[in-house]
Amino acid sequence: MNKYVERVYNGVIKENPTFVLMLGMCPTLAVTTSAMNGIGMGLTTAAVLIMSNMLISMLRRMIPDKVRMPAFIVVVASFVTIVQFLLQAYLPELNESLGIYIPLIVVNCIILGRAEAYASKNPVVLSILDGLGMGLGFTAGLTLIGAVRELLGSGSIFGLQVMPDSYEPLTIFILAPGAFFVLAMLTAIQNKLKLKSATNGEGAQEGERLACGGGCAQCVGRVCEANHDRLNAATADSNGKKEEQK
Amino acid sequence: MDLYHVSASPHTRDKATTGRIMADVAIALIPASAFGVYYFGLNALVILCVSVLTCVLTEYLYEKWMKKEQTPYECSALVTGLLLGMNLPAGVPLWIPVIGGIFAILVVKQLYGGLGHNFMNPALAARCFLLICFAARMTDFEVTALADSGASSDTAYLLLNGAAGVDGISGATPLAVLKEGGTPDLADMFFGWTGGTIGETSALMILIGAAYLLIRRVISIRIPLTYILTVVVFALCFGGRGADVSYLLGQVLGGGLLLGAFFMATDYVTSPITPAGQIVFGVLLGVFTGIFRIFGGSAEGVSYAIIFCNLLVPLIEKATMPAAFGCKRRRKR
Repeated sequence: MNKYVERVYNGVIKENPTFVLMLGMCPTLAVTTSAMNGIGMGLTTAAVLIMSNMLISMLRRMIPDKVRMPAFIVVVASFVTIVQFLLQAYLPELNESLGIYIPLIVVNCIILGRAEAYASKNPVVLSILDGLGMGLGFTAGLTLIGAVRELLGSGSIFGLQVMPDSYEPLTIFILAPGAFFVLAMLTAIQNKLKLKSATNGEGAQEGERLACGGGCAQCVGRVCEANHDRLNAATADSNGKKEEQK
Repeated sequence: MDLYHVSASPHTRDKATTGRIMADVAIALIPASAFGVYYFGLNALVILCVSVLTCVLTEYLYEKWMKKEQTPYECSALVTGLLLGMNLPAGVPLWIPVIGGIFAILVVKQLYGGLGHNFMNPALAARCFLLICFAARMTDFEVTALADSGASSDTAYLLLNGAAGVDGISGATPLAVLKEGGTPDLADMFFGWTGGTIGETSALMILIGAAYLLIRRVISIRIPLTYILTVVVFALCFGGRGADVSYLLGQVLGGGLLLGAFFMATDYVTSPITPAGQIVFGVLLGVFTGIFRIFGGSAEGVSYAIIFCNLLVPLIEKATMPAAFGCKRRRKR
């Protein structure tokens, strides 16, 4: 895969900030009461992330290592201020509903995390694409959580009524506990799709990664014991390859 | 193949199994639920059945799909279903026990690893889930009197709505009356002729079941006794009515306190195993129930108090774990 495409893919799927890295949980849980809020928060963060990644990558040789954190914060805070003024001017309603979470983007772990882990060490274009991928991944995560919560909690998606009138909304889903339920369920579903479980699968293919090592009491005497051996073999194999490369 | 259980001596053999204990709890719940059915009619019976069936079926399907061991004879899902049904008003539509049952078994119990791993009481967690989702339906205890019902057939109406249908039940439960400064009839509350959820109205029937559990030594008296006493003391100190006996007894007999104290706070999985811990647990339950009832927005607080204290159980156990014989209690580091 092309290294530019790989950055975007990495952000959206492989290291999705919401479902895989579990970063930025505060806005994820707090503002996703509706799909619209989710997409608004996601895109705002994405915009800040792309610009801050770009600037930090440009300045990466100038920022002294010892004061890099304050420097990152100054860069991020400037962009957040700009974005907030823009939101206030052009999307006042969204600004209203996101409230304090817009200024809080300054200390969002995803943005500081990408600055620290990627943008401060890599060239500009790749950093921008990394920001784009992570931002889109975050937007996708938040929109999905928001849509599910809105669907269950008020029977609509993006404000459009989709459930029949007789549907009584499960109010808990637009309250705080619902955010945890939905986040956990969606994470479980994407884990299920990504990683085969050794305990319950019919047997993973050669070299596939497994969610469970097959070593627990539940696994004894089941199909996963065979998987366990296969997994051990695969791990030993890949470790061997890594050492060879070294 | 099962794993062999290896443990250090001393060993003892006992006939107690999960299935037997749960069956005992189910038997002990029979008087209260039978009274509920008599008092609230066939509606209540259908709700109890739907709730139990949903729980048992959810557990069966989950265990089947997840290729786990089937545990129908442990009766735990049955007890959860029964308790959940007893915690619902008789007038709720049937999809409410279905949603509650699925939530109790699937989310609260099985996703955390099944019986023994659930961190809060499934039936109560489901009740609180429903209470937050459908506040209006879950607190509507009103039963229309036969004379005002306009029912075409008196017998059918009474069959459906039970003894409560004769005179009807006003919307205010005894606790709501107490909260507003009134005094409900204590004899009615003791025998159960008041509004409330299906299983909580009759203190007498709950006490009969509790006595059975105590005699069978399924539960110990520590948690229920400290719980109820703490509620009384709390109401005495902060209730604002001083030593008014009818107020204090009303707090004990009203709402779900007795049902919660004897049947739900004593759940093995979600209560401390150490005797000292059980007393601490009971006191905490009483304090929280008192706070929720007297200073909180709603009249009842037993469910929230129990599931909140369930979360504190690991801490309580850690603090009250006795030292093994011959060992000194470990000092703080």
